[in-house]
Amino acid sequence: MTTPTWVQLVYLACAVCFILALKGLSGPRTARGGNLIGAAAAVVGCAVVFFYLDLDHVGWILGAIAVGTAIGFVGAQRVQMTQMPQMVALFNGVGGGAASLVALLELEHMTGREAGWFELAATAFTIVVGAISFSGSVITFLKLQELMTSRPVVFPGLPVLFAAGLLGAVVLAVLTVADPSTATGVVLGLLGLLVGVLLVLPVGGADVPIVISLLNAFTGLTVAAGGYVLGNTLLLVAGTLVGASGSFLTKLMAAAMGRSVVNILFGALKGGSTLGAGEASDRPVRSASAEDVAILLGYASKVIVVPGYGLAVAQAQHTLRELVDVLGERGTTVDYAIHPVAGRMPGHMNVLLAEAQVPYEQLKEMDDINGEFRQTDVVLVVGANDVVNPAAKTSPGAPIYGMPILNADEAKQIVFLKRSMRPGFAGIENELLFDPKTTLLFGDAKDTLGKLLSAVKSL
Amino acid sequence: MSEEVVWLTIFVLSVFVGIEVISKVSSTLHTPLMSGANAIHGIILLGAIIVAGTADSTLALVVGLVAVVLAAVNMVGGFVVTDRMLQMFTRKKPAQPRGEGR
Repeated sequence: MTTPTWVQLVYLACAVCFILALKGLSGPRTARGGNLIGAAAAVVGCAVVFFYLDLDHVGWILGAIAVGTAIGFVGAQRVQMTQMPQMVALFNGVGGGAASLVALLELEHMTGREAGWFELAATAFTIVVGAISFSGSVITFLKLQELMTSRPVVFPGLPVLFAAGLLGAVVLAVLTVADPSTATGVVLGLLGLLVGVLLVLPVGGADVPIVISLLNAFTGLTVAAGGYVLGNTLLLVAGTLVGASGSFLTKLMAAAMGRSVVNILFGALKGGSTLGAGEASDRPVRSASAEDVAILLGYASKVIVVPGYGLAVAQAQHTLRELVDVLGERGTTVDYAIHPVAGRMPGHMNVLLAEAQVPYEQLKEMDDINGEFRQTDVVLVVGANDVVNPAAKTSPGAPIYGMPILNADEAKQIVFLKRSMRPGFAGIENELLFDPKTTLLFGDAKDTLGKLLSAVKSL
Repeated sequence: MSEEVVWLTIFVLSVFVGIEVISKVSSTLHTPLMSGANAIHGIILLGAIIVAGTADSTLALVVGLVAVVLAAVNMVGGFVVTDRMLQMFTRKKPAQPRGEGR
């Protein structure tokens, strides 16, 4: 099928809009506009097909679009801000699945005619990588939703099975190019599903979001390959943009955690080092009542709050903001220290706090605030653990070793608001909890902050 | 220039553009940016529509329609979720009149 010139020009315009969308999304003021430009280009790009191709089953297709739109819209509207990362993972997964199915159907078309080897190779690539992206994303979803353990899952023989799956996929892909058949394509897809599962199982805890970003880039590349297969420039450009920017973003995120992407994917296979404790420790800690902590806070001249995912889960952002306001009225300087990977994803905490209308100026990034802990009277850690864990600096065996952390340990007093002694998302114990300068206040963050608030008010 | 080379040229240039446009992103926006990029690859919907619309057997049609549903979920869900996240950063302006129901 030859594409008319006017359509190609429309595609070019859409591609430019996608570039502007990504550009817009990288600045806070232009982000929302960028997203809207991208959405508009996507709608126009899809609508145009109906006007130049003589398609069958149009009624069915429109029905399917309506169903998908309804699912996507309702899902996106209902999801809680705290569950955003797994929702993004799921959306990415279905996109990968769609790309895989599209390539499979194209393969069936190709078996009836002469197809070039490059075209067949691109098709095989789309089938297998799309399937990897689909099943891998489902596993990341299950991990983040805590429907399965978020710790690395490694069993004897996993590396061998993974290598075999990968090798099998390569062999089948070569076979698909040499002698294309739909049956080979289906098996290739199934192998891709297996490889995706095995790829993500050994990834644990805080590394999961980085894998989502990586799979996102994978899906982008499959869409690009799909564009080549279908002879569609818009798919090629859009997919490549996402593949390239996604890979780069993955690298940025991994750098924020102080590790390499290879280490994240295969670190757990090398041995037990990333397998954390998982259980509560029975070593003694110092815990206190809300009133005691209120006195600490109320008479401090400088306080830094370190918010974490636990805060957001408890929906305690508003109470925290009230507490900070009251402390501010008493003359205490209070700042929020935001670790780049606080929450479940880089930038996730900023979204969650913005939802609670915490003034943007009070949020300080790690590099800006790390020097201030030394002059801080009290650090209030609310539902965070891994981002202040000194093990990142001191114990080379720890899974988070090398990750830059907030220097909470340098402050004069540290207060942890925690639900229990259970380790954080990375599954390792925090030595800081046992520090003589540390006080623990157990309970649900919302409850505890409420008590703290009234206690500070009555000082 | 053969057609393959044209395609390769577009591909390579797009790689550089893709990296260049996000190279100055602040870490605050990593999550929305990932989500927005995710929505953009939902453009695979275009491909899904084409294969469903040219299906010549019932099985192929069914598979094609499944692909259309999945791709539409990816695209629509992706853009809506990104917009919801970004709304959180636009409170500086006086309150918008239309109440955003959730």
